[in-house]
Order: sequence, then C-alpha cells, then structure tokens
Amino acid sequence: MRDTINIDGRNIPFEDGQTIIEAATAAGVYIPHLCHKPGYSPHGSCKLCTVNVNGRNCSACTFPAASGQTVLNNRRDLTEDRQRLTQMLFVEGNHFCPSCEKSGNCQLQAVAYALHMLDNHFPHFYPQREIDASHPEILLERNRCIFCNLCVRASQEKDGKNVFAISGRGINKHLIVNSASGYLKDSDIEIDDQAVHVCPTGAILIKRTGYQIPIGQRIYDHQTISEAALQQECADGE
Amino acid sequence: MANKIRIATTSLAGCFGCHMSFLDLDERLLSLAGQVEFDRSPLTDIEHCGACDIGLIEGGVCNSENVHTLREFRKNCNILVAVGACAINGGLPAMRNHLSLEDCLLEAYRDGIGVENAQIPGDPELPLLLDKVRPIHEIVKIDYFLPGCPPSADVFWTFLTALLEGRDPVLPYELIHYD
Repeated sequence: MRDTINIDGRNIPFEDGQTIIEAATAAGVYIPHLCHKPGYSPHGSCKLCTVNVNGRNCSACTFPAASGQTVLNNRRDLTEDRQRLTQMLFVEGNHFCPSCEKSGNCQLQAVAYALHMLDNHFPHFYPQREIDASHPEILLERNRCIFCNLCVRASQEKDGKNVFAISGRGINKHLIVNSASGYLKDSDIEIDDQAVHVCPTGAILIKRTGYQIPIGQRIYDHQTISEAALQQECADGE
Repeated sequence: MANKIRIATTSLAGCFGCHMSFLDLDERLLSLAGQVEFDRSPLTDIEHCGACDIGLIEGGVCNSENVHTLREFRKNCNILVAVGACAINGGLPAMRNHLSLEDCLLEAYRDGIGVENAQIPGDPELPLLLDKVRPIHEIVKIDYFLPGCPPSADVFWTFLTALLEGRDPVLPYELIHYD
C-alpha cells in the first residue's frame, strides 16, 4: 500500500521526494499557484499555494509530502489569504489589464478571477519600472513582473543560459538582464528559449503576436485556471 | 410611483464607456425604469446628488473636482459602487502616474507635436490636477466593485437586480473580467 496524505478529507497517494503540490496535481487536486511550474525547481515566492499542514501554514510547492499529513486547501480562510496576496501582487506592480496583450491568457489575472477578486483592496504603489523594447522580437514589460523567478529558472535550468536575475529590494526590486548594456537585445536570449514563453503575466511577450487570438476567446475567458492547469499539468506529468 | 429606488451616477476620470455599457441594457432599461429613478447623472443633467440608495462611480480620481464629487456621492448614497477598471485601479488615466505632472502638462500643451499657441491652461475655474491618478477606494469607503473595461450590461443587470430583490450580488465567473 502506498503512503498517502489527506487533502480536504481525501486520501492522496504520493511518492518519495514529491512536494504536496506535486502529489495534489497528480491526483487532480488544484492548489492555486503562480511561481510553481511542474518540471521546474520550486521557488516558494508567491505564497498563493499556502495550505495548512497539520495546523501550520506552509507553501505546498516547497513542502515535501509525508505520510500522515492532514492538509487543508480549499478553505474559506485560505481563499481569503490567497486573495489578499493576489491583491498585493496587483498593487505592487502596474497591472492595467485593458491595455495588456496578455489579458485573458494571464495567470495572475486568472488566479484573481478564480479567487473572485473584484478590487485591489490596498493603496496602489504605482512603482517606477523600465520597459525594455530593445530586442527585435521580445518585449520586456517590467510593469507586469511579479518576481515569480520562472524566467530566471527557465533560462538557467532549461535553456542553459543565464539571461535573467532579480535585483534590488522592496518596491525597487526589478528584473535585470545579463548583458553588457543591460538590454535584452545584447543578451544571448533567443525566441525559442523557454524563458521567453514561461512568463505567467504579460512581462515577457513576443512582439507582433499579442492579438492573434481576440479578447473574449482566450484561455481564461471561459475556463477557470484550475480547470486549465489540471488539464495542462496532468498532461505534462504523464 | 412611490418609493422608487434612487440611483445617482457619475464619471470622474473615466471615458463614459461604463455609462455607455450601462445603456447596453437596452430593453431591460424599461424594466429597470419601473423600479428606479435617477438622481444626479449624465442621463438626467441634475447637478448635485440628493439622498440616494445607490451611487455608481465610473472613473478614478485625477483632479480636485473629482474628489469633491466623490465625497458628495459618499455622503448621499447608502451604497457606493466602483464601476469599471478606472474606478478600481486608476485604469488608463493612471498610466500617467510614472511621469511627473509637469512633464505631462509640458508634453500636452507646449512640447507635443502640432501644438500651436503653446500655453498651459491656468484658468482659476479649472480644477487642479492631482499629482497621481487614484482609484476611488483610496479616497472614500466603497461598498461594491464591478470590474471590467467596461463592465458588461449583464454585470450591471446581475448586480442591480440582486440589490433590488434584496439579495447579496454575486458575479458568476463568466462576468468577472478586468479587460
């Protein structure tokens, strides 16, 4: 008999070395997340996957599954916490969905929809962020960066490069580019790199492709992120 | 008809797109008109807001007049609603927030392409611009939020019919959009 953890009353098998979110995904249980992506090393920064494990809150994307764990996931108090965290992500950046090419395909927006987020609750910071439009094919729109580190990890772990890093602290934190000039055009990034395609928001975009699919016909316009993520991530895991 | 629900509406730093979307209620407006009466609104041209049940605010706050109008609505409306992206996060007008107000004015009225007889408007009747455009929940307490650019007529309908029937308005997934 395989070891199990219990998530919201349901016994779920896990394998040695799996995190809670990996075991959950394999069993078709969705735990909200932004910085987690199957096949990437965990980062644990967005905290949206916060679950309660045996009485303590922790990140499901970094916490190893272990026999006998009682995990609370789909609970009202955790949903409220996750909504507040998402609101913080919105006010700490400059997220103007009506003018963003990624709208409808954006995971930040989709998580907010799924959490029934109707407002941003907090005062807005309107931080100063630089746009890097130097590359002929790739746009870096730092206003929409949520510091999930996925592009950093993709470049290092998947592309064998080292194009991106996060620099600075607090409201001055920003994504930097590894090139002599600091601009994307002088880096060794290429359009087929995983780092170009992994961004959950509209911070890294491929130019001249943004409106190929009209608003209203996009992934999250009619499908929740939990439905879309389980389809995609279960397929990835097979 | 006595005891109609009174609704006031206004557009602050908005484009009136939310009001246009409200008018997309089309024939449902007739059904609504049986139950509600409009107070201050671009639809009535009433200048100041009287005691109201519901206030619908489109747009964020970009100048001193917006602040006064918003406070007038809060004082007079039992339920105050942020309508649309600009009311909720500043929206498109807030995209000037990464520039200084001086630079915005110089670009628009002195240095921009095609500007003739350059002068920055300074008539004392003009409301003073704020240094940043702000969402309305940063100025007064807001009771409900209707996201969207604009919120669709179905959003208005779902929201208002729930309130009129005494139910707590809940928007289904399909009606929650930020774009």
